[in-house]
Amino acid sequence: MAAMGYPIRRATVGEIGGMVIAAGAVLPLLLIAALTEDRGYAFHATLGALAAIGSVFLIANRCFQPGQVPAPQEIEGRPNYNMDPVKFATIAAMFWGIAGFTVGLIIALQLAFPDLNFDLPWINFGRLRPLHTSAVVFAFGGNVLIGTSFYVVQRTCRARLAGDLSPWFVVLGYNLFIVIAGTGYLLGITQSKEYAEPEWYADLWLTFVWVAYLVVFLGTLAKRKEPHIYVANWFYLGFILTIAVLHIGNNLAWPVSILSPKSYVLWSGVQDAMFQWWYGHNAVGFFLTAGFLAIVYYFVPKRAERPVYSYRLSIIHFWALIFLYIWAGPHHLHYTALPDWAQTLGMTFSIMLWMPSWGGMINGLMTLSGAWDKLRTDPVLRMMVVSLAFYGMSTFEGPLMSIKAVNSLSHYTDWTIGHVHSGALGWVAYISFGAIYCLVPWLWNRKELYSLKLVNWHFWISTLGIVLYISAMWVSGIMQGLMWRAYTSLGFLEYSFIETVAAMKPYYVIRAMGGALFLTGALIMVFNLWMTVRSDAVGASQREPAPEPQLVPAQ
Amino acid sequence: MSSLDAPKQAPRQSLWSKHKIFETNSIILVIGVLIVISIGGLVEIAPLFYLRNTIEKVEGMRPYTPLELAGRAIYVREGCYNCHSQMIRPLRDEIERYGHYSLAAESMYDKPFQWGSKRTGPDLARVGGKYSDEWQLAHLNRPRDLVPQSIMPGYPFLAKTELNYNDIANHLRANRAGGVPYSDEMIADAARDLEAQATPDHPRAAELEKRYPKAQIRDFDGDAQKISEADALIAYLQVLGTLVDFKLYDDKANIR
Repeated sequence: MAAMGYPIRRATVGEIGGMVIAAGAVLPLLLIAALTEDRGYAFHATLGALAAIGSVFLIANRCFQPGQVPAPQEIEGRPNYNMDPVKFATIAAMFWGIAGFTVGLIIALQLAFPDLNFDLPWINFGRLRPLHTSAVVFAFGGNVLIGTSFYVVQRTCRARLAGDLSPWFVVLGYNLFIVIAGTGYLLGITQSKEYAEPEWYADLWLTFVWVAYLVVFLGTLAKRKEPHIYVANWFYLGFILTIAVLHIGNNLAWPVSILSPKSYVLWSGVQDAMFQWWYGHNAVGFFLTAGFLAIVYYFVPKRAERPVYSYRLSIIHFWALIFLYIWAGPHHLHYTALPDWAQTLGMTFSIMLWMPSWGGMINGLMTLSGAWDKLRTDPVLRMMVVSLAFYGMSTFEGPLMSIKAVNSLSHYTDWTIGHVHSGALGWVAYISFGAIYCLVPWLWNRKELYSLKLVNWHFWISTLGIVLYISAMWVSGIMQGLMWRAYTSLGFLEYSFIETVAAMKPYYVIRAMGGALFLTGALIMVFNLWMTVRSDAVGASQREPAPEPQLVPAQ
Repeated sequence: MSSLDAPKQAPRQSLWSKHKIFETNSIILVIGVLIVISIGGLVEIAPLFYLRNTIEKVEGMRPYTPLELAGRAIYVREGCYNCHSQMIRPLRDEIERYGHYSLAAESMYDKPFQWGSKRTGPDLARVGGKYSDEWQLAHLNRPRDLVPQSIMPGYPFLAKTELNYNDIANHLRANRAGGVPYSDEMIADAARDLEAQATPDHPRAAELEKRYPKAQIRDFDGDAQKISEADALIAYLQVLGTLVDFKLYDDKANIR
């Protein structure tokens, strides 16, 4: 069909619906921006209106593009995979990763050199710290999870991603949420619930995006050509579902008004604390563990070209992991005003959690049986294997720290920060780096990475960084904990609080050095990926991907 | 029945094959996951809402005054909770350093709770009355003037910024929606109560004190020209941990 020389086509029902909803949102958002007294909120409403206008244009523009709509499910008998949203999420992951690591380095330096706060509201430690945690966990980690899950679910189901616009809505909508959340912290818009800082309207938006994510994921599973749902998809599904439950549960709040960014949670004090750490620990358990275990179950066997070690172990540790994790939250509240019975439950289940965690580690590591020699030649695989080792280490340290006697020393200190980073840098970031190093040549159809040597440099520089970071935090954390409880021979507290702060300084400097090394490694990675994408594409026949990983199916 | 009569056990594979139902049906997998992840949360959270001994019985707890509530919003906004806990654990050194261990009752009107998870700076659960308003103001402006080794950021902009309390009544209302017992009067007079607390010799001071016992009424930042964000934040800091009188508190009655 051609009109006025343009190859214009009729919009689909979905496209019309998308444009109507987006266009309908513009005026209310502009009204809010005009009427609110809070300038940060007005900025966000304007941003939302711009995003809505942009969506209308982007959708309308599709009608002028050549190509079949909806895209064919198969081309010449092979699935026509939808990889563009995966590409976007991969680029976004690296962008947010660099941003998040940089902010982490800045706040590490602020703790060593407080003048770097410059007495300004927007960049003081209290506002930047949530920016750092959200940027690395939700922006970097979230884009890695959305990108890899869209890749893995298509390949293991041998089916094109469900939906036409909806995968784009998920990817773009999620990144819009990230921008709103991150700029909100700088402008002082926060709920102050750790890892759930975004305010009510950002939470509401994320809820829509997340439901769409679940629908796209389930829709793709429903289209699968394989009889069995591959194990990686169990973990992705567990992650998506549980995060939905946690997000809604922890963020039930009453807005001050539609014109105010602020809200008050429905419960208070002790109940709110329990809700928060039920959420907080399972953000670790499901966002940072189950989701990334899914990455292990696809990318490690694929890269090692070996089958997953044990089908039965994957069943046991999947169900045990998701059952036990949910109970672990109260270990963040040991010796607080939370009733003792809840603390004891939290501690007990945290210790039990050690077993399924190591089940996952063993299943991942043993997948290398018969391929261990590849650790010498393939730095990408080495990165993923080391990430499993860090996973094993931090899931041993976690149960240890959840024991009340240990926790009485470690709680409130840098030991917790060190523990989190051995998991976040060593486990989450390394498995993500490994997956992205695999994904970029696959997605852009390149023969291999630009340079394995640079991967090697990345690996060693950032590993050195992690070691500096976590050992500095162990020393400072345990030292500060011991100083707080130290008594003189006369029975007086030995140290004033500020003496314990001053004692931390050398460790804060070492920690910042570790962070700088980690950031350097990530920058090397970005360069390597950039050069990979810039290199020449190869024909599909030249780069025959390894067969999809398989479980031995149930008998 | 002897074990000999029992039917022969099926081969061990059969149990594993049952898992096929989850692997071949995504909706059953969804339902399975939802059931498995619900149990822990329900067991740990739900009883906190109906077990009566979850929150101790104490005298003196009252909702925050409008000025304290506005100050608390600034405490939240600036992310103070990232470095300061408000939860004294029942450990010998903490009680000696900070005072009586914190009770659940003391945060019964806290939305959200501010117990914190990290002590880069000291615990603030009982900081109320520990330092003068002048000390707090000077410390907020330039922490290292008072504590040379401090690594706290400076907040000189708080005293310079006028507090926006146009919608303070809506803040009280939103708290009431979540169970904080603000009366209709308290909501209607919220803005005037806020002004009264930050202004010495305000004609409505007596009314404020009746509504909010132990409310501290004075010009917290020493600047009579305006009600600043520092006024609100210091009013909040000065009330922390002061509402429950521990000379009268019977901890034996609340052993849980």
